[in-house]
Amino acid sequence: MRIECPLCGGRDRREFYYKGAALVRPDVDAGAQAWDGYVHLRENPAGATLDLWQHEAGCGAWLVVSRDTVTHEVYGVQLAAAYSVGARA
Amino acid sequence: MDRLQATSPCAGLLPMTVGALSVEEMKAGPITSVAPFKGASMASVERALGVPFPAPLQSTGDTALRCVWVGQGEALLIGAVPDASLRSYAAVVDQSDAWAVVTLRGAQGPEALARLVPVDTRPARFGVGATMRTQLGHMNASITRLDEQTVMIAVFRSMAGTLVHDLRRALEAVAARS
Repeated sequence: MRIECPLCGGRDRREFYYKGAALVRPDVDAGAQAWDGYVHLRENPAGATLDLWQHEAGCGAWLVVSRDTVTHEVYGVQLAAAYSVGARA
Repeated sequence: MDRLQATSPCAGLLPMTVGALSVEEMKAGPITSVAPFKGASMASVERALGVPFPAPLQSTGDTALRCVWVGQGEALLIGAVPDASLRSYAAVVDQSDAWAVVTLRGAQGPEALARLVPVDTRPARFGVGATMRTQLGHMNASITRLDEQTVMIAVFRSMAGTLVHDLRRALEAVAARS
């Protein structure tokens, strides 16, 4: 698997650290149920998924990677710093 | 008190020459990490640096004063201490003692690096002045092409011994095949 880092270009998977699902963080006053879900509940999709990776052995940037867990296709990569949460919701 | 003498990171390890390739420790001088603040005036940053702030995968300057991109929003100024005014525009950290910096010289350099680095370092794809952050073996490294024959490799100082060991094995493997 290769990930196209927006800064470094296409790099081998070994350079990246996997964090987990890229979730929309609830508001501070969203309530216990929303926060419980944010902290503990995860989908386990067979198909399209959106997750956070860090280019740990490269530029250090956090990335939002959209990929497919079935075909292993990577649809797109964006810098987390430039990622708009609103666009995801 | 005893007189303490500083040693360089690769003291006793380098230089080495294997076949047509040689590795030397680089007398890099002061090394300063520079991370411009969000919204800082890049003109002011560059005035204090003395060289342009490099774009990703690029380095600027020359042998006397070089600025090398080393990550998202960060570069290393190598060769001189930046002007004090830089602290108004960027996070500035003296890392002179934190890096082991070596040069790998020889036309077969990319062949040796191909055994250690998962990115193409041949001059056609990695031209003079280009830089990258990647892994050398299992070490996070900063690799910069200085000229057609020479690349500069920087790793964290604590890994100087491993760097020289890994390079030696790669150089020996290349020499064995030539």
